[in-house]
Amino acid sequence: MNLNYLDFEQPIADLESKIQELQFVGSDNDINISDEIDRLRQKSESLTRNIYSSLTPWQIVQVARHPQRPYSTDYISRMLDDWDELHGDRHFGDDKAIVAGIGRLNGQSVMVIGEEKGRSVKEKVSRNFGMPKPEGYRKALRLMEMAERYKLPVLTLIDTPGAYPGIDSEERGISESIAQNLAVMSRLKTPIICTVIGEGSSGGALAIGVGDQINMLQYATYFVISPEGCANIIWKTVDKAPLAAEAMGVTSNVLIELGIVDEAIEEPLGGAHRDIDAMAASLGASLSEQLERLQAEDIDSLLEKRYQRLMSYGQPG
Amino acid sequence: MSWLDKIVPGAVRSEGKKSSSKVPEGLWKKCSKCAAVLYRPELEKNLDVCPKCDHHMRIGARRRLDIFLDEEGREELATDVEPIDRLRFKDIKKYKDRLSSAQKETGEKDALVAMKGTLKDMPVVVSAFEFAFHGGSMGYAVGEKFTRAAKVALEERIPYVCFSATGGARMQEALISLMQMAKTSAILERMKQESVPYISIMTDPVYGGVSASLALLGDINAAEPGARAGFAGPAIIEQTIRQKLPKGFQRSEFLLEHGAIDMIIHRSHMRDRVASILAKLTGQPAPQ
Repeated sequence: MNLNYLDFEQPIADLESKIQELQFVGSDNDINISDEIDRLRQKSESLTRNIYSSLTPWQIVQVARHPQRPYSTDYISRMLDDWDELHGDRHFGDDKAIVAGIGRLNGQSVMVIGEEKGRSVKEKVSRNFGMPKPEGYRKALRLMEMAERYKLPVLTLIDTPGAYPGIDSEERGISESIAQNLAVMSRLKTPIICTVIGEGSSGGALAIGVGDQINMLQYATYFVISPEGCANIIWKTVDKAPLAAEAMGVTSNVLIELGIVDEAIEEPLGGAHRDIDAMAASLGASLSEQLERLQAEDIDSLLEKRYQRLMSYGQPG
Repeated sequence: MSWLDKIVPGAVRSEGKKSSSKVPEGLWKKCSKCAAVLYRPELEKNLDVCPKCDHHMRIGARRRLDIFLDEEGREELATDVEPIDRLRFKDIKKYKDRLSSAQKETGEKDALVAMKGTLKDMPVVVSAFEFAFHGGSMGYAVGEKFTRAAKVALEERIPYVCFSATGGARMQEALISLMQMAKTSAILERMKQESVPYISIMTDPVYGGVSASLALLGDINAAEPGARAGFAGPAIIEQTIRQKLPKGFQRSEFLLEHGAIDMIIHRSHMRDRVASILAKLTGQPAPQ
């Protein structure tokens, strides 16, 4: 089993390994087998298209959590020029589960705040697997307020298994740090665009998720409780997570229908991790276009719209 | 690992069970903390605080409002708000059926009751969570009612007080419940900017999405003695960090020590303390 592929992608993995074998034979024996390779490539592509055209919500959750899925820093390094990372909440420390700083997106100065899971084991540990503590959310808050002062639009990238559930987190007021961000983001006098790039888990995601435009990447997921957590409460077993994912509606199509998410940004065939450069380019283009639109609006009417939208959440009709 | 992995922490749930297995004949009630058998009329006079060990027992939303507000001039707010099953959520049971049985059990449409009234003759808007309704969880109806009550406070420029008791966000309304956190926080921020006082009183228990929004955004945050409040439930924290939690973790006394709340208020002093604070904040003479 190839670990770069998810369970339901194994048929694709098999084809890809055949292609690799052939390439190996080909370069070894100098026999022209490129026709066969092309044929297999096409087959692999249509197989991928097929599988990805009918993913279940639970499969989408798995793609969203794929170990090779691009993280915030992957997008930051590709989308932005002139990047200056900014550190610390000025009270306690610097939480590496949240990366923040100023850079330029197609020339426009922006404040970017992203949750970061970390790639290598060492990095995952230093970034606490993308689970922010209060100091992470307070760093975000400090920098959002700075963005407001200098009229920089705020772009947030959401990707977290949740705010950190630990003793130190509680001692330093994780609840208050999230609540404060929700409150301030509702009136921050600068455009805010939030994008769920991977896993948007609960309050830890929403804490940087209030804005004027809410995006999800096509195979990102956003939920109030993880499907495993939900399954555990209802069915007393995590094995029912697929059912929970289905019931809760954790994917962009459902959330767009509910009016909570505005736009799903298309991913490359087989998911963002299959072509990170292309994904970053299209995300950057979407964000640029959205920014331009939001900046053309009068800021007070933008804020009123943001507020009225918040007030309307869940209302019938 | 999500903070809502257990909507209601285990300890809380088991306590709920104990108190629902009522003690003999309705005239007596066993204290869920010290096990003293208490004479009900006496206990009620004591505001459901155990006279032996001072344990603050859980009380319903209407009783909470009843012992807090002046008797005259109460008006219930946002009575038309009802829960909506937008996702047609179904697990082993339909959410719709869960709702109707909770409604039958509690006589409430959902887990929040809001009223306008007076506290020692000062106009106030007050809301209280009904924990018996679906663990006091916040879905659309709770968020909407809270917000409408806050709107009345904001428009009439009168203080808002909220007594919370909740396991967190309501799973069955999925992301709609998550968004209630943003909604309630947004209106509270408006009140803050308009200098309309908001006092949050946490009563046992307050967890998850409510703790990470309306419960900790007060000008004054307070809690009843011994109330448990936190973001993640103790079970989920223990599971994550694989160690035992310190004694008193997430109790009001812990919250006070760590700077999350301004004070702990005994139920018998609730009216006096809140009235005294509000009078000072709104420039009125000391209430009698």
